[in-house]
Amino acid sequence: MTNIAFKKDLKIAVLSGKGGAGKTLLSVNLAAAASQSNYIDCDVEEPNGHLFFNPTWYMEKDVFVKIPVVDESICDGCRKCLDFCRFNALAYINNRLKIYEDICHSCGGCILVCPLMALTEKDKLIGKVSLGNSEDVRVLSGMINIGDSSGTPIIKELLSQSRSLSDKRPTFIDCPPGSSCIVMESIKDADFCLIVMEPTIFGRHNFDMVYDLVKLFNKPSAVVINKSIDGYNPSENFTDKDEIKVLEKIPFDKELGLLSSNAEIVVRKSAKYRNFFSSLLEKIYMEVSNETVTRT
Amino acid sequence: MKIAIPADNNNIDSKVSQSFGRAPFFLIYDTETEKSEFLNNTAASLQGGAGIKAAQLIVDSKASALLAPRCGQNAADVLKSGNISIYKIEATSLMENITAFKENRLALLQDIHTGFHDKYRV
Amino acid sequence: MKQLLVLSGKGGTGKTTIAGAFIKLSKARAYSDCDVDAPNLHLVMKETVPPLKRDYYGLPKANIDPQICINCGKCFEHCRFDAITKDNNTHIVDPFSCEGCAVCEFVCPVNAVSLSPNVAGDLMLYKDEQKVFSTAQLKMGNGTTGLLVSEVKKQMIDESKDVDLAIIDGSPGIGCPVIASISGVDMVLIVAEPSVSGISDMDRVIEVAKSFGVKIVVCINKFDTNKEKTREILDYCDKENIPFVGNIPFDSLAVRAVNSGLSIVELGCPSGTAVRNVYRRTMQIFFSKGRREK
Repeated sequence: MTNIAFKKDLKIAVLSGKGGAGKTLLSVNLAAAASQSNYIDCDVEEPNGHLFFNPTWYMEKDVFVKIPVVDESICDGCRKCLDFCRFNALAYINNRLKIYEDICHSCGGCILVCPLMALTEKDKLIGKVSLGNSEDVRVLSGMINIGDSSGTPIIKELLSQSRSLSDKRPTFIDCPPGSSCIVMESIKDADFCLIVMEPTIFGRHNFDMVYDLVKLFNKPSAVVINKSIDGYNPSENFTDKDEIKVLEKIPFDKELGLLSSNAEIVVRKSAKYRNFFSSLLEKIYMEVSNETVTRT
Repeated sequence: MKIAIPADNNNIDSKVSQSFGRAPFFLIYDTETEKSEFLNNTAASLQGGAGIKAAQLIVDSKASALLAPRCGQNAADVLKSGNISIYKIEATSLMENITAFKENRLALLQDIHTGFHDKYRV
Repeated sequence: MKQLLVLSGKGGTGKTTIAGAFIKLSKARAYSDCDVDAPNLHLVMKETVPPLKRDYYGLPKANIDPQICINCGKCFEHCRFDAITKDNNTHIVDPFSCEGCAVCEFVCPVNAVSLSPNVAGDLMLYKDEQKVFSTAQLKMGNGTTGLLVSEVKKQMIDESKDVDLAIIDGSPGIGCPVIASISGVDMVLIVAEPSVSGISDMDRVIEVAKSFGVKIVVCINKFDTNKEKTREILDYCDKENIPFVGNIPFDSLAVRAVNSGLSIVELGCPSGTAVRNVYRRTMQIFFSKGRREK
């Protein structure tokens, strides 16, 4: 579909400083417009991408972490593990060691410090990754079971699944919102970062935070402004920043809003938006090939 | 018997603390001797697991009951394992609630908030 | 002090815009922003004096002293977070992956590892004769924590004297920070968004709020962008017996108000008028006697 030279298994991460900016809208529709592509939903706490794609799942894999178990016949209540645990996942009550799995970070420290080797480890299910197809888009979706658990192991599993896919397809990564460590995990593999921003002073503030992260990883990037309206717009004033480019503005549009709020993929519903996202995709490919030229 | 109450300050005129795990102090009150002792809640400033650590403190203090406005699931589990009953109180003054406890006017805390650690997310 | 918390579940529903309007309308003398990942309330409160800042410490991070390290690889082998890499002479900790568990410190045979305090964010306070405004900002790479949210609220309460009303802009999601935001408040105003994802997120945050036994009311922002989903939210409130306090229309003037640092109630616009009605009904319920038990 394009003449520009670039590697076929390009990975594009879609980010935003805050939820609700249009990350899922962008990544879902770019993946649909690319066709023969992969879509990875790394927002494992609020995975909404599958609501749009409604894929036919063909594979599910459980994700486990290690959790300590105590042999009560060996434990003598020295409490060394309690003192060591930085996460306070352990308690010693009525001559019994209690382990709070939802607080545990699986660091393995308690096992190492126990002088009697009374602790061992077991697998704990924390969520799953699912692979499915929606027309010609492959959907990789992660889901976390437990509220307070870290999503990082699931994101790692998603990315490892995507690496093991042999076909050379472009991949679109729908990242978690914000600039926390799990966002870092999500963009580690990416060749290019697309930052979605709303045209408000809120949007601009949130953009700055996520842009700092993208710069830290030295990833080529560009901005898409979503829900753009006419008039003065503080978010477009990028003169004080490096040469980040505004690739596209998605105008505020009732049709787009309505289709998206009903979890429809606009690329598959409207010729206008099919063209729009195809052209955005071309621009992204162009950016990536420019980057490759200037960087090598 | 000894009862424990989360407190905003370490004196008997203090108000009850809204939070259990992150309360600055615990009053340990002996209903027989009417003596009060204040513990610094070393769990208050912890990043995570404050409820568990605070409950461990209460268990180690040998209290038989906790009077608190609310309590999380993990903390409640530690307290239950230590055979400590939890009574629901309002965040008014410490003395008011001690009196209410002595006069048997308090009900057990029913709605332990789960902390939402174990919710399946779709 | 009675506390009103504004929540949404999903991000981007207009929570901060509505919280800002409520602060203006109520002339609140105490308010705070509990969205410590991406705080925005300070952008519309037009603060002229910079805030008082305090460091907020997260879990410590490991450091390896290259002078002492003998490159034995024990730390690398035991780290569960892939936070340690090695080069020819030493091992190096990636502070963004390190969770501060101290296992590396424990296994190091030559004491080359130390854990040092980590400033994970800024706790900020704007205070003058008129008001107390407490907020915070996490630094990049630090995960959200309920503790910082509790600190923000504690700072607001500690700094306010003889204040009867506080308005709190809550955290998104349903996790630990939200639980820390709800703890101790008298009522929760949910800002719902009429969309498939908005409704599923609202449903979960209401479940969280219910477990605290606080009063809950719901309003819908941008109700006219999907009337069918708006209907669904109304039916939901009916079914769950949750008071509905009004619809706010999509309004391009609202964006303009926000961008010029104004609250939507300071500009004559349709969303401003609607928020005034939402405010009136919310406050009637807020100050009415008796708690709504579930």
